[in-house]
Amino acid sequence: MARYSAFQIFRNALSGQKNWQRAWRAAEPKPSYDVIVIGGGGHGLATAFYLAENHGIRNVAVLEKGYIGGGNVGRNTTVIRSNYLLDGNTQFYEFSMKLWEGMSKALNFNVMFSQRGQLVTAHSADQLDSFSHRANVMRLNGIDADILGRDEVRRLVPYLDFSDTARFPIHGAIFQGRAGTARHDAVAWGYARAADGHGVDIVQNCEVTGFVRDGDRIVGVETTKGRIGAGKIGLAVAGHTSVLGAKAGLDLPIESHVLQAFVTEPLKPLVDHVVAYGADHFYVSQSDKGGLVFGGNLDGYNSYAQRGNLGVVREVAEAAIALMPCISRIRLLRHWGGVMDMTPDASPIICPTPVDGLYLNGGWCYGGFKATPASGWCFAHTIATGKPHPLIAAYGLDRFRTGRTLDEAGAGPSAWLQ
Amino acid sequence: MLRIECPCCGPRDHNEFRYGGDASVRRPAHDDPDPETWYAYVYVRKNPAGLHRELWQHVIGCRQWLVVERDTRDHIISSVTFARTSRA
Repeated sequence: MARYSAFQIFRNALSGQKNWQRAWRAAEPKPSYDVIVIGGGGHGLATAFYLAENHGIRNVAVLEKGYIGGGNVGRNTTVIRSNYLLDGNTQFYEFSMKLWEGMSKALNFNVMFSQRGQLVTAHSADQLDSFSHRANVMRLNGIDADILGRDEVRRLVPYLDFSDTARFPIHGAIFQGRAGTARHDAVAWGYARAADGHGVDIVQNCEVTGFVRDGDRIVGVETTKGRIGAGKIGLAVAGHTSVLGAKAGLDLPIESHVLQAFVTEPLKPLVDHVVAYGADHFYVSQSDKGGLVFGGNLDGYNSYAQRGNLGVVREVAEAAIALMPCISRIRLLRHWGGVMDMTPDASPIICPTPVDGLYLNGGWCYGGFKATPASGWCFAHTIATGKPHPLIAAYGLDRFRTGRTLDEAGAGPSAWLQ
Repeated sequence: MLRIECPCCGPRDHNEFRYGGDASVRRPAHDDPDPETWYAYVYVRKNPAGLHRELWQHVIGCRQWLVVERDTRDHIISSVTFARTSRA
């Protein structure tokens, strides 16, 4: 596989940029593999890449029921941050942040990682206190964090509502300068290309319809392209984990919910950071094309439909205008939905399962995109060694039985309230 | 917007209702000593891609708890009944 470089662009320019090779092969499945990763989203592709890169396991297939980039990796709002409070989350997401910082180089693919900084506004003295707690935890873990007062926030993001009539006046904010965004499609394509470069077969339009068992052990999958044998199987199908889990006989603490995202018509540069509203569920960044990309709450009832309802559009727009009255006249260009695995504590599940040969990676709730590299790294380790990577020790399925939940939001066990 | 045919109030938009999730969940007996039963009650949910029996409460209406049978892939509602009768 030819490396991407400035020289390659120059060389290909001589032939009109018409002779680039495919970024990855259109593979058809072999009869069997050492490892099959089900799900060709960001997490599945990253897992396959790190299986090859870190563990030398190259006889690997990624099975994707649709096309690469068509699922949640292409449906998120691309925010990357590591401002988590709870032990287990804090270290995992910071490890992910460090992988993001080297990703374009590691994959030889420009994922357009832009560390523009993220701030969450505080709307009471108490909220600012709780943010200080969070910032202290982050700093004790070697993560950058700043607490900003109202005037500092105003200097940074003057377009927010600082008027006397603001429904929830801004008291300050927590700021992480290394947070930012990345081009989500490039992440999928970059991992797919890099995994393919290591010999991984990426099979698109191949839906897994069942598992093949030998006694208690799962030894392969039935797919729309026939039966494929496997030494080990990794499940990375967040959104549909319950469906495939049920086929493997697992009853899981997961509900599927739809989360919408929105983009406005393109504007001149306005939002230089990622801004999250501390008084409601709304967060926004501006794409390179100029559109404001934002998201809000779940629709609130179990759904596998990749589209949302209009009630939430209105709620999110209300929150947007409460924080940024200046965008009240901006037109919405598109909105779309992705199906989330919602867990009862809003934290993910990555672990070996009670079924021999089957490993689980799911339950990403709102937070899957930022976790992509660390999730792939740690899941690959878990599959290769059969033991959870230390960074995901807190993400076991048994935490619900033992009462060691990681309830970052403190929302209790109703998945749709997270 | 879902349109739920409330057996008491007639067809109403779903934002008049509060969602209550999987209707198959049953609270164990108060003195049930098995932690596995309580784990399943608190955390494990049926999450089918297809027909789903779920609870909704008509909070801005008759305040009755309902069992709604809805397809989670296309949101087509096939039945709505009072929870007090269909879960009895």
